[in-house]
Amino acid sequence: MTRKQRRLTLIGLAGIVLASAVGLILFALSDGIAFFATPSEIAANPPAPDRRLRLGGLVETGSVVKDGPKISFAVTDGKAAVPVRYTGMLPDLFREGQGVVAEGKVDAAGNFQADTILAKHDETYMPKEVVEALKKSGEWRPEAEATGPEPKSVTR
Amino acid sequence: MIVELGHYALVLALALSIAGAALPLCGALVGDRRLMAIASPVSIALFAFVAASFAALTHAYLVSDFSVRNVVENSHSMKPLIFKISGVWGNHEGSMLLWVLILALFGALVAAFGNNLPMRLKALVLAVQSMIGTAFLLFILTTSNPFLRLVPAPVEGNDLNPVLQDIGLAIHPPLLYLGYVGCSISFAFAIAALIDGRIDAAWARWVRPWTLTAWIFLTLGIAMGSYWAYYELGWGGWWFWDPVENASFMPWLAATALLHSAVVMEKRDALKVWTILLAILTFSLSLLGTFLVRSGVLTSVHAFATDPTRGIFILIILCLFIGGSFSLFALRAGTLAQGGLFAPISREGSLVLNNLLLTAACATVLVGTLYPLALEALTGEKISVGAPFFDMTFGPLMVPLLIAVPFGPFLAWKRGDLLAACQRLFAAFAAVLLTIGVGLVFAGPSKALTFFGIALAVWLLVGSLSEFAFRIKLFRAPLGESFRRARGLPRAAFGMTLAHGGLGLTVLGIIASTTWNTETITTMKPGESVTIGSRIVTLDGFLPVSGGTYSGTAARFTVREGGTTVATLAPEKRLYQVQNMPTTESAIHSFGLSQLYISLGDVKADGTTVVRIYFKVMILLIWLGAIVMALGGALSLSDRRLRVGAPKPARAGAAVAAE
Repeated sequence: MTRKQRRLTLIGLAGIVLASAVGLILFALSDGIAFFATPSEIAANPPAPDRRLRLGGLVETGSVVKDGPKISFAVTDGKAAVPVRYTGMLPDLFREGQGVVAEGKVDAAGNFQADTILAKHDETYMPKEVVEALKKSGEWRPEAEATGPEPKSVTR
Repeated sequence: MIVELGHYALVLALALSIAGAALPLCGALVGDRRLMAIASPVSIALFAFVAASFAALTHAYLVSDFSVRNVVENSHSMKPLIFKISGVWGNHEGSMLLWVLILALFGALVAAFGNNLPMRLKALVLAVQSMIGTAFLLFILTTSNPFLRLVPAPVEGNDLNPVLQDIGLAIHPPLLYLGYVGCSISFAFAIAALIDGRIDAAWARWVRPWTLTAWIFLTLGIAMGSYWAYYELGWGGWWFWDPVENASFMPWLAATALLHSAVVMEKRDALKVWTILLAILTFSLSLLGTFLVRSGVLTSVHAFATDPTRGIFILIILCLFIGGSFSLFALRAGTLAQGGLFAPISREGSLVLNNLLLTAACATVLVGTLYPLALEALTGEKISVGAPFFDMTFGPLMVPLLIAVPFGPFLAWKRGDLLAACQRLFAAFAAVLLTIGVGLVFAGPSKALTFFGIALAVWLLVGSLSEFAFRIKLFRAPLGESFRRARGLPRAAFGMTLAHGGLGLTVLGIIASTTWNTETITTMKPGESVTIGSRIVTLDGFLPVSGGTYSGTAARFTVREGGTTVATLAPEKRLYQVQNMPTTESAIHSFGLSQLYISLGDVKADGTTVVRIYFKVMILLIWLGAIVMALGGALSLSDRRLRVGAPKPARAGAAVAAE
């Protein structure tokens, strides 16, 4: 092989690897990601049943029903509420009236079938997306959140 | 008083680092030996001052000095001693101080043990190291000062985030930082080579031990973090493709590529420009990781506090160092001489393939980590990129890499013989076919993907052992001869076999634990039992527990197998009173390499509770494999040819290695 051929082989190899990486990324970005949605957005615009979503808002007070490991509750942003079904254990900081993010899909009946539930990491922290969703719907009350030992306002 | 001394030591450290950055650089540029000579003592003094400052902060934590704001916010007088110490870096300010401490440590190590380095190179390396130190010391002193006082001092502190009150905090961050920040040395060497305009095989020999050291710690740090998340979070998952995890994984991928390309450079004087680029890239990814984790652009348990000025400051550091180093690279890379020709099928070729796939995989992780941030900044749309994305991108790129791993060592330098390599991998091929055959017979074609994965792990394991067996002529020569050959092999050869084998173990653990994981979620009352495989798990009852700043409930589970008790587990539900934060402490019992994992839900007044029981088959292999990889790295590091300060290889050693 001449020097040129060797170099071309290397460049070709690099090209193939890079092209497959780019192809994989583009494919995965159209299929493997979840969009964030607020309850109002879901109510206004019901998503396709196989679309993965992250639903964020507050756990509606009085909506939590536990049947063993099967849990149903509603996520609200003050304007609309979406019923959520989940099987499994809830995070330690999952509470009524508190912020939550659920990841999953909306089924044909309009229930949000969650496979992952995320709650706050600690008392003073609230998922960023939830804060913004609440600000959007005008339900944001920062003083209601500050229950920790040293009040820190949740700002970004 | 001690706090003020620590504060002052930090300010002096900043002054030293500015001197250490400017003077040796000028010295190297004008060729003044006296100016270059101050690099070493300044680097050692810098480490001493940062260490003094760190000790002062640790002291404030130990005596619970609540006049220091940082201690108030993150400590509590009732906290156990170990968490008082680890709490020093369990917050933003302290962890940045640890970062700089380790940076200074590496600088001091180069100063102390780099006696065989040419004076100019050493001065330049230490100057670059001091520049990084200057930037981060400025960052600490202006935006994240841990020594600020609080008046009036409260009587009690706010306690540390309960999730962090774990032995994992004492181990994970220091290990990870040793790895993260250790990459700064290869970066400094790369910049020094670019400024110097000269680079040769000796350069690669100096850089490799440092890269290897950083890589070992990074491997252990990531593995430890993964195990910590696994037992602490109570979800039974060990890797979440969380941006913060990715932030440490990207430098690891780049450092792995760097290790391999440095071999080519050392042995064959080829891939010089690429190696330099990788060294810059690796540390840039470390810096990017620091930015992602510390700036607050991501919300996670790692982002202790969000303060926009800090984010901007780290972003400036990031742009200066990454932009500066890449500009320097663009300007100077052309002047570096190219060397070492090789055929595509050769040891070099296989290492190039390794590098291509590793960097491409690293790029997919980078895109998956940054895409949501970029999209939100540009369009305001919020998305989450999780496991499905990485399964679709990272996975397919890893498969060819794992297939290629055993071939590499069998190919000769310059021009390899693929057919001969295949013949020598006969045993590995046989093992793979056997695995797939057994899988098809016992599990059927529906589990084809699983058996493909297991076969891949077997291929890696048998393939790396084959190479070792081939080199010592196992079964082809008398055993005594094989033993003599094994003793004559350089430790680096053992290291490679171990590291590649460890990778096989990790892959096996990942595939086995995800495929045969059983998860049972059920409601239980005291006295009730669940059957998990051949074992019966009984909830005996509840006990109150308390300690440190928490109180809670422990459930007692007895595990019986064939009528005899084989284990008792006590998962807990705790409430940390100071932070008013509940946590779940899972209980884990290992059966061989597999683990039974129980975590508790809320306990109701009538004693019923939701229980989550996992049985994770061979899951320990995931972390065991990582430890074996790190062990391989350590063995390779102890090879005298690589030892820092060791003379050039003896002729006898070179002859064995060349075989």
